[in-house]
Amino acid sequence: MNALPRIRLEKRLATPRWLGVATPILSVLAALLAIAVIFRLLGVNPLVAYGRIFTGAFGSLYGLSETVTKAIPLMLAGVGLAVAFRARVYNIGAEGQLLIGATCATGVALFVPGIPDGLRLPAMFVAGALGGALWAMIPALLKARLRIDEVLTSLMTVYIASELVNHLVYGPWKGPGEWGFPYTDKFPLAAQIPRIGITRIHYPTLILALLAAVLAYILLQRTRWGFEIRVTGENPEAARYAGMNYLRTAMLVMALSGALAGIAGVGEVAGIHYRLRYPQGISPGYGFTAIIVAWLARLNPLGVILTSLLIGGLLVGGDAIQLALGLPSATVYLFNGMILFFVLGGDLFTRYRIRIEIPSRAAATPVRLEREEAL
Amino acid sequence: MPDTTVPAVEMRGIVKRFPGVLANDHVDLTVRTGEIHALLGENGAGKTTLMNILYGIYHPDEGEIFVKGRRVHIRSPRDAIRQGIGMVHQQFQLVPSHTVVENVVLGLPGNFFFPERAARQRLQEFAQRYGLHVDPDARIWQLSAGEQQRVEIIKALYRGADILILDEPTSMLTPREIEELMSTVRRMADEGHTVIFITHKLDEVFAVSDRVTVLRQGRVVATLETAHTDKRELARLMVGRDVLFRLEKRPVAIGPTVLEVQDLHIRSDRGVLAVRGVSFSLAAGEILGIAGVAGNGQRELVEALAGLRSVEKGRVLLSGEDITNRSPRALVQRGVCYVPGERLVGTVPNLSVAENLILKIYDQAPVCRGIFLDSQAIASHADTLIERYAVATPSRETPLKLLSGGNIQRAILARETSSKPSLLIAAHPTSGLDVGATEYIRQVLMSQREEGTAVLLVSEDLEEILQLSDRIAVMYNGEIMGILPVDRADLETIGMMMAGVHRDL
Amino acid sequence: MSVWAYIFSVLRAAIPAGTPLLYGTLGEVTAERSGVVNLGVEGMMIMGAVTAFGVAQATGNAFLAVAAAALVGGILALIHAFASITLRVNQVVSGLALTMLGQGISGMIGKQFIGMPPRVQLKPVPIPGLSDLPVLGPLLFQHDLLVYIGLLMVPVLWFLFYRTRWGINLRSVGESPATADAMGVNVFQVRYLAVLFGGLMAGIGGAYLSIVYAPAWIEGMTAGIGWIVIALTIFAMWDPVRGLLGAYLFGSVRVLQYRLQGLGISPPLLNMLPFILTILVLMFSAGEAMRKRLGAPAALMQPYTREER
Repeated sequence: MNALPRIRLEKRLATPRWLGVATPILSVLAALLAIAVIFRLLGVNPLVAYGRIFTGAFGSLYGLSETVTKAIPLMLAGVGLAVAFRARVYNIGAEGQLLIGATCATGVALFVPGIPDGLRLPAMFVAGALGGALWAMIPALLKARLRIDEVLTSLMTVYIASELVNHLVYGPWKGPGEWGFPYTDKFPLAAQIPRIGITRIHYPTLILALLAAVLAYILLQRTRWGFEIRVTGENPEAARYAGMNYLRTAMLVMALSGALAGIAGVGEVAGIHYRLRYPQGISPGYGFTAIIVAWLARLNPLGVILTSLLIGGLLVGGDAIQLALGLPSATVYLFNGMILFFVLGGDLFTRYRIRIEIPSRAAATPVRLEREEAL
Repeated sequence: MPDTTVPAVEMRGIVKRFPGVLANDHVDLTVRTGEIHALLGENGAGKTTLMNILYGIYHPDEGEIFVKGRRVHIRSPRDAIRQGIGMVHQQFQLVPSHTVVENVVLGLPGNFFFPERAARQRLQEFAQRYGLHVDPDARIWQLSAGEQQRVEIIKALYRGADILILDEPTSMLTPREIEELMSTVRRMADEGHTVIFITHKLDEVFAVSDRVTVLRQGRVVATLETAHTDKRELARLMVGRDVLFRLEKRPVAIGPTVLEVQDLHIRSDRGVLAVRGVSFSLAAGEILGIAGVAGNGQRELVEALAGLRSVEKGRVLLSGEDITNRSPRALVQRGVCYVPGERLVGTVPNLSVAENLILKIYDQAPVCRGIFLDSQAIASHADTLIERYAVATPSRETPLKLLSGGNIQRAILARETSSKPSLLIAAHPTSGLDVGATEYIRQVLMSQREEGTAVLLVSEDLEEILQLSDRIAVMYNGEIMGILPVDRADLETIGMMMAGVHRDL
Repeated sequence: MSVWAYIFSVLRAAIPAGTPLLYGTLGEVTAERSGVVNLGVEGMMIMGAVTAFGVAQATGNAFLAVAAAALVGGILALIHAFASITLRVNQVVSGLALTMLGQGISGMIGKQFIGMPPRVQLKPVPIPGLSDLPVLGPLLFQHDLLVYIGLLMVPVLWFLFYRTRWGINLRSVGESPATADAMGVNVFQVRYLAVLFGGLMAGIGGAYLSIVYAPAWIEGMTAGIGWIVIALTIFAMWDPVRGLLGAYLFGSVRVLQYRLQGLGISPPLLNMLPFILTILVLMFSAGEAMRKRLGAPAALMQPYTREER
């Protein structure tokens, strides 16, 4: 009755090291291939598009600097998410935490008088980190107190944060000097993060991001909190059995990822735009893209440094083709979604050996085609 | 009547490999029509794998299967059912939240609507013919293990099974329920059904079977007429050496009371009271064995004592201190160690052996300094325990999941007993382990007793309980039926208590 | 206008407003009953919306538009089914990827439709006899066909779930796939079909948005409705009848959201309402589930595999 080939997965006992490196790269390439097919179907020449993406992102000094610029928020948020996902706490709300971080920083930049110039930026970073962490506490507390799944609630807080920013920039915080645009006034000089030369690389934030990646790696591998995070993520029951406090761990990683996303938001308003704007004007979905960055790095904070640069390049290239080929800004999501699918699928090769069986009537044992040799 | 000259089932040269294990190694099995055929072997001998192949759950890597003389390819349970094969698994395959009738008709071909009336009629018929009584509207989770098993048998018969596989059918039953099951099995065989009875208990082979096939390490060792063999021979065939391991139980001076449990009430996951008014005490240097059929509240009791489940009413005292509803952490710090019944609870399979060994001391010196973990301390801790407890592992950095069941259990025991616990709770410590590992683990428990640890041993294995315990408590339906010193406990008395008869001292 | 008349007018408008949610929720309830969470509802809905609008513009045929939207929703659902059922990848992340994919592709396809006036309209079809009833008539029986079909799906699904073999199979697969498999139910087939059905329904829900409710194509027009559907599924306790209540409740909020703008409340603050309500609904459901010990299908989010040791 069943003539279709069966796909069977066999658990690998151990993942060979080369596979761990090769799969993310192959996954991205496969995703790009799939996107090319969709481009083709929609009447866009994929070769032209990819050519533009590559030259846009990596073909010029300007493009490279933009790639680094876009990698900054991705790295910050991605490191946080990598840690949270390691504990199997699915914070999907980094985008909202980023927006709240941006909002808090704006509040400190424009509406808190009496801060000495030298402390203005540090105060903004602290406010942004705190804001992001507190915003992440909404889903964290709902999870802790009522066992409500954090996926949905963290996502809802994205929409709420986004409307809050809208409310502020269209209403109370709207700058009189901004020609009716939904912007706040421009930040004073002391509230602007310095950049490298004529690029938009706001390097203090970049340094923070790199630091965050290294510290997060040390946290996970070398501290008792990291041990709790890893045990909790691998086997929550064992964590409870060992006397670990699951809720405290969940709150910790939520706060941490929220704080890092908040800092990313500070970087965007204080390093790029110098004002709070409507939400899409601050972040084209960095908080969501960071999910891919984290997953692509296989939840390793050091890996996030590389993957954020890679995805940052894709975003820059994406901007380039939007302008050149007249594609909508939503194209970014096509890249995001497709890469995520293929990265997920690619993960499979590291965990399982895939066998395709074609049932045959004659043979007692199914014919097997091994896609990968046993190692 | 079916043709009894053709074998009901014939399996030839069956080979089944799992990653790292050869579960069935060229197995040949012939089951005659209308007989009760016992499949005997230790845990891990490959009995269940073989039957899962016959039932289409696993696919053999090599070999052929004949049912009633015809060569068949069984790719799924559906194929097996079509061949008239039914199987009752050890883990019942019932949907707990559904009713008996819903479970019985699940997966049946037929018309679109739910055939309720027809199902009820057949249920009545089976009740009369084989003594399989059960309320059709009850939800599965409300039924006892024996009743659930009846539903399983009914399901198979309803599908027209004339070849019935029973996988360790007595493991969850009380002695009285076992009697009823045996009589049902005999009635079915009398009506021409073929029954394959998987077991590792010699008594059952003689109580019910016509012929017996012995499996050892995935291979068939012998197939014999039950009437022409004896327990000694079967035991030797099954284990491959003489079974008797003797543990020397040295007299130990009983110390002060370590654990005192007073009128404990605990709810199960479903919210019903699973433990109802349990009281006992346990002293240093003593092993208290808790016997009973699984599912009578032992699990809830143990989890509550380990701090993993909240106590509804009653008190738990540890060396006089009230520790009722304290966190697992607090109990760990007070020297309560726990070897859980499910190995997955106590381990993190993807982390290394070394990391698993520090699971309970990861935040204490010398493993942890400040907030940082000391990798050298972790390594030396691991090396010490691996050597002392003879854990067979390629290295301390190997992920724990790559170790065998026995070695994982050794690692757990190493972690739990190396810290000189005041109270050691061991739930089913040897279930599913081979003889060597079982023997070793029992010795560890004995040496803990000699070092003055209070040991609470929960086991379904009566032999284990009798061998190790100083006193034996029997749980039934959430209560303790009585506590006996081991020298006054015999199988008959314990069996009665397991079936719910009080035995007061 | 009297208070009653006002409530009546809100409720009447809530039914079409809640209809996309109803379709989405009924689909997701079915998928989750089989044990698969599909967080891609938002993506499937938006693809349904853009497809329906495009097909309507090209053919002028509303029926074709809805059918095409259902088809596209179904195809996307099959991607998720393949990933989560066959490949057994993380269902949360796979659903998320599906949503992103839908948002991206719909944005690219839809660019040409922005600002276009709709070519087709689904006219209200009063049901003879019933539509003349006082109060109930105008409330329930003077809507378009898709509203009726959605309403009708509720008892149909209820009957399917609890009174047919399909229903027993579906629920068993979600509660205990190993058991269902052992009993000869094809777990993979049931799950694929349930997830596919979820996609078809989400596609129709999206179609309703773009060719009936709006009617127009606006980029990102689902605006979180797909996520609310996921929450409603929990609120509904995986039951179609409660799904209906939840969908119309959120429909009312949507109506109020527009009406209150007239009172001078900041639109962004009003736009928060459904999301805040979603969190409240989840809190309520969590409390209720704890009290009554109701729960999700036991095997929810657990991939099934037959041969694992």
